Amino acid sequence: MDLIVEKTGEKDTRSGFGEGLAELGKENPNVVALCADLTGSLKMNAFADAFPERFFQTGIAEANMMGVAAGLTIGGKIPFTGTFANFSTGRVYDQIRQSIAYSGKNVKICASHAGLTLGEDGATHQILEDLGMMKMLPNMTVINPCDFNQTKAATKAIAKMEGPVYLRFGRPKVPVFTPENQDFEIGKARHLKSGKDVTIIATGHLVWKAIEAEAQLREAGIDAEIINIHTIKPLDESAIIESVKKTGCVVTAEEHQMNGGLGESVAQCTARNWPVPQEFVGVNDSFGESGKPAELMTKYGIDTANVVEAAKKAVNRKSK
Amino acid sequence: MSETAQLKRTAVQIRRDIVRMVHAVQSGHPGGSLGCADIFTALYFEHMDLKGTSFNLNGEGEDLFFLSNGHISPVWYATLARKGFFEVSELNTFRKINSRLQGHPATEEGLEGIRIASGSLGQGLSAASGAALTKKLNNDDKLVYVLMGDGEQQEGQIWEAAMFAAHHKIDNLIGIIDWNNRQIDGDVEDIMSLNDLRAKYESFGWDVLEMNGNDMVEVLKVLKKAKAAAGHQKPIMILAKTEMGQGVDFMMRSHAWHGIAPSDDQLEQALLQLEETLGDY
Repeated sequence: MDLIVEKTGEKDTRSGFGEGLAELGKENPNVVALCADLTGSLKMNAFADAFPERFFQTGIAEANMMGVAAGLTIGGKIPFTGTFANFSTGRVYDQIRQSIAYSGKNVKICASHAGLTLGEDGATHQILEDLGMMKMLPNMTVINPCDFNQTKAATKAIAKMEGPVYLRFGRPKVPVFTPENQDFEIGKARHLKSGKDVTIIATGHLVWKAIEAEAQLREAGIDAEIINIHTIKPLDESAIIESVKKTGCVVTAEEHQMNGGLGESVAQCTARNWPVPQEFVGVNDSFGESGKPAELMTKYGIDTANVVEAAKKAVNRKSK
Repeated sequence: MSETAQLKRTAVQIRRDIVRMVHAVQSGHPGGSLGCADIFTALYFEHMDLKGTSFNLNGEGEDLFFLSNGHISPVWYATLARKGFFEVSELNTFRKINSRLQGHPATEEGLEGIRIASGSLGQGLSAASGAALTKKLNNDDKLVYVLMGDGEQQEGQIWEAAMFAAHHKIDNLIGIIDWNNRQIDGDVEDIMSLNDLRAKYESFGWDVLEMNGNDMVEVLKVLKKAKAAAGHQKPIMILAKTEMGQGVDFMMRSHAWHGIAPSDDQLEQALLQLEETLGDY
């Protein structure tokens, strides 16, 4: 299978969320939205303008926003909360844990400006621990789509499932390369290219980096299989196992701490089912800093070159 | 027997249930539970508009109750069981392995009457505000009640919710604060003073009522007044003065019985003061 992606433009994933939410508002009268003073940043204006009676400004009070969202589900509403990823997780972990996850509430926690690509605001806002925190919570579904089209599709798909969801997306304009109006199947890996030498499993903004890396690896004579894991939990274990049985090694790539991220979930899956050498592309136990997104990705080791290097290392570690 | 006399008899049995539940498992929170027995009895046996005892989580077309200070679960469980939401004998499983009656209220096992988990403090007012908004969106004219502790008012989230409910004119929401002036470490005024709680809520934009939460007649009267105040653009808060441990003399006038269980002798002493009115489980 050849690489089945084509770059069609550049857009921010948060705008995909905003478009998806506005369409949901038209399609489902039970969809309601809450925002903690970041309506513009989250691209929630279209929904707020079209459905003011179903939009609740909470002010800069995220803990209350999570609790109100949990309460709104009682009586059948489907609340979407919107704020930055840091304030969607770390700041309100106990509220999510008790009022949403443990209580099994149908709240969709939508989190923008995740990771280093937030850029200049620096480490206070660049959360790199959110996937870990959220995936540890029982009942929680965790999704990190890779581009505008996929984020929009994911936003619409999570309204159709019952249960708490953490949907993570980002700030900068990044390549659009998945199809418009795609079906989004929660918990299902997307194969972007098959290959025989190494499996590269990426999520979020790192999927495009993996695609860039694939071309360089091909020139170096390495045939990489590329899998886009948009759903960190539940993890598509069968897709992972099937792929590593064929390639014999794996690289994981994510805009997140290595501790607690996608790589750790994949390692747990392979350790239990089909152990193979694994290399991790992620942030190595450090906070970020101010800078341009591209500069930060390079400095903190989550760039195309890091995926290429990791893939070569993984291939070399395979038992000859 | 007058209606009030019957309610008082129910409250006494609920108090008996509370001390027996906590004694049986040698853990739990009897003090606040005893102090709120009259409020729970008034709400569930007289005041709230409930669709019988067939529990529906969405609670459409009926009043909803939320308990924010989840540690006083014994009084809630005893009230729900005595009302008929589940078998009274199930009170015997409180805090034991495989029970639906968790130490703090939970929804996982589908216990009738519980709509959200509570225990980690400060979260109930937010959840109740959300549920009240959904009632408005659904054109459901029933009310939402939420009970909180006074010590719990020290949690910041309470004040986020207080601001939110007033700003969004959630006037189908009635809060009740169990103002017994006790918390685990001592008297609330010594640990972290609430100062003028009435003025605080009023300045946040709430209608505030006060009552003696251990006087059944007054509780019913003030609850009625609160219901009449609903629908006037403001959320309503009732400050309920109560006595922690009410009904068991050695548990009163101190914070000591916030979270400890009576010994066999103490149980015997307590039960002598609480008449078995409806039959023990």
